[in-house]
Amino acid sequence: MTDMTPDPIAERRRWMAVLARAEADEIAALLAALPPLPPHERLRAPETGLVMVRGRAGGDGGAFNLGEMTVTRCAVRIGGVVGHAYVAGRDKRQAELAAALDAALQDPARRAALMDGVIAPLDARQQAARDAEARRAAATKVEFLAMQTTR
Amino acid sequence: MYVAVKGGERAISAAHAWLDETRRGDPAVPELTVAQVEQQMPLAVDRVMAEGSCHDRFLAALAIKQAKGDLIEAAFLLRAYRTTLPRFGASAPLETGAMRLRRRISATYKDLPGGQVLGPTFDYTHRLLDFALAAEGTERATAPEADAPVPAVPRVTELLAREGLMQREDPGDGEPGDLTREPLAFPAARDVRLQNLARGDEGFVLALGYSTQRGYGGNHPFVGEIRVGHVAVEFTPPELGFPIEIGEIAVTECQMVNQFKGSRTEPPQFTRGYGLVFGHGERRAMAMALVDRALRSAELGEDVTAPAQDQEFVLYHSDNIEATGFVEHLKLPHYVDFQSELENLRTIRAALVRESLREAAE
Amino acid sequence: MTALTPGFADPVLDAQAAFRAVLEAMSRPGRVQRAGAGLAPPAPLMPAAAAVLLALADSGTPLVHDGGEDADAWLRFHAGAPVSPTLAEAAFVLATGAPPALSALGTGTEEEPERGATLVVQVASLAEGDGWRLIGPGIEREHRLAVEGLPPGFVQAWTANRALFPRGVDVVLCAGEHLAALPRGITIAEG
Repeated sequence: MTDMTPDPIAERRRWMAVLARAEADEIAALLAALPPLPPHERLRAPETGLVMVRGRAGGDGGAFNLGEMTVTRCAVRIGGVVGHAYVAGRDKRQAELAAALDAALQDPARRAALMDGVIAPLDARQQAARDAEARRAAATKVEFLAMQTTR
Repeated sequence: MYVAVKGGERAISAAHAWLDETRRGDPAVPELTVAQVEQQMPLAVDRVMAEGSCHDRFLAALAIKQAKGDLIEAAFLLRAYRTTLPRFGASAPLETGAMRLRRRISATYKDLPGGQVLGPTFDYTHRLLDFALAAEGTERATAPEADAPVPAVPRVTELLAREGLMQREDPGDGEPGDLTREPLAFPAARDVRLQNLARGDEGFVLALGYSTQRGYGGNHPFVGEIRVGHVAVEFTPPELGFPIEIGEIAVTECQMVNQFKGSRTEPPQFTRGYGLVFGHGERRAMAMALVDRALRSAELGEDVTAPAQDQEFVLYHSDNIEATGFVEHLKLPHYVDFQSELENLRTIRAALVRESLREAAE
Repeated sequence: MTALTPGFADPVLDAQAAFRAVLEAMSRPGRVQRAGAGLAPPAPLMPAAAAVLLALADSGTPLVHDGGEDADAWLRFHAGAPVSPTLAEAAFVLATGAPPALSALGTGTEEEPERGATLVVQVASLAEGDGWRLIGPGIEREHRLAVEGLPPGFVQAWTANRALFPRGVDVVLCAGEHLAALPRGITIAEG
């Protein structure tokens, strides 16, 4: 699985992004409805650490260090395939589930079922939550009315 | 000079027990949960994350509970905790232009792409105490939703930059300096100054920003834009070799627009002061942007006369963890120090008394 | 490329033990310590050298090594150290074969001597009581250390490195699960 062409990487980045935003319980509940994942070996047990978050001066200038955030990572192996997870926060269960799914999703024989059964529903929920917030924000958008000039 | 003294153990453990009891307060009142602090004191959580320089809502809420609401103590707890964690690396710089906006306003343009989005703001509240909040279980209003969502919109400064009226930032390419790894050295570059201000004490940075408006380091700022919302954080794990999104964090960004008279090489144009902070921290981001611009005085060829323009003064005193440590260390035993001062004073006074007696006798 | 093997079984305790071994080795130059027992790094990495890097190298310490692709993947994954663009900028240099010239490594500055590089060299064997005579801080009279597998001219190069003090390069010699250290303040006299 090391000879990934750019397209599979884009797809993998998408599912990793969705799993990074999902809660462990949500992932587990969706997995429960599917045939169980094959057992995995922990290559690196879930571990919490920090990532230094960077910004840019003026939004588009030179990079600077804004501050750190907690991140939990995990790496597992299913057969010969290594799955990785780096997820914001300190939830070790989420990181391990995400790593196991990352390994399983790289297996073409499992991918479609896992995409349909886990990634797509999580993505839809996340999209709906983002959309609801963006519509709340839109409700607070100011509609300016020109005042009539009076003397 | 310090001398180690023993003997306080029993007193300290009794003090800790009482501290625990006072944290809990009246046991007849239900105990505050960390989730309640996180959900219902979100701006306190944001401040502690910013000054603790560590984005983790739960940890910040826990620190607030433990610190009995003392936010500087809470930031201290968070800073201490972060030192126990390994650092995996640094993220790609946040793309604030792609922010999922909760709030976005500009004081420079009424009609701008994307419009003025107020978001959950105190700005138009009447600052009258709301006694309805004192009653428990009252139904609160639910926020309405518009039919169409707010889209991601370009930064206001970009609109001015396209016309050549706004100084472009130098994107640079070097690794930014990191105050958590390298001690502060002067003159400090803008990257280090911004990191320092982003985690600086809100009160201190606010007062300095205010001082620039009142004429100490006179610049005349406009709020080009304030945006509050969520941005994705991208990180490239070395073992993967390609960037992945590891989640989203809430940030507040402020662009202050300031006049610049130009120089031999540059025509008159606007320049930016920049603020970026964890969470919803509008006051902090605005103050940071004012002070950032003031600290750019030297590089823009302006006179450095005011406290807010003085790098050493600002950057050495902005950190409230350092400040509280040095101020509060005065509580530690200085018995021997003080004995020597006392001895000194007594000797001088005794000499003065002898002197005056001799004069009286003459 | 072979499959990635695990790193420390217990990342916290095993890293602390390896750190302790390096600390002991640096405090008592020439005394042989053990590190990396149970660690199975990919060839040509040896357990002690691998343990030193897992304990000390991280995302803030640029690394240069000559261990090849498997070792690279293993170190990248378990230590997370970035590849240094140049030898002179590396915080750690690992030599599984012939080590680079000491003079090619970063030696820090008079103001920040701690920026000098640490060279980890895998050698054929290490034994106390014979060979070099080591003199310097941490040694009451002299410690003797026999090292097999360093290139000729190492002692001369070390003498030049010693003369830079407080700047200079520190060396950790590793053989299998054994290690010994040469902090930059040590003088080596040959047998």
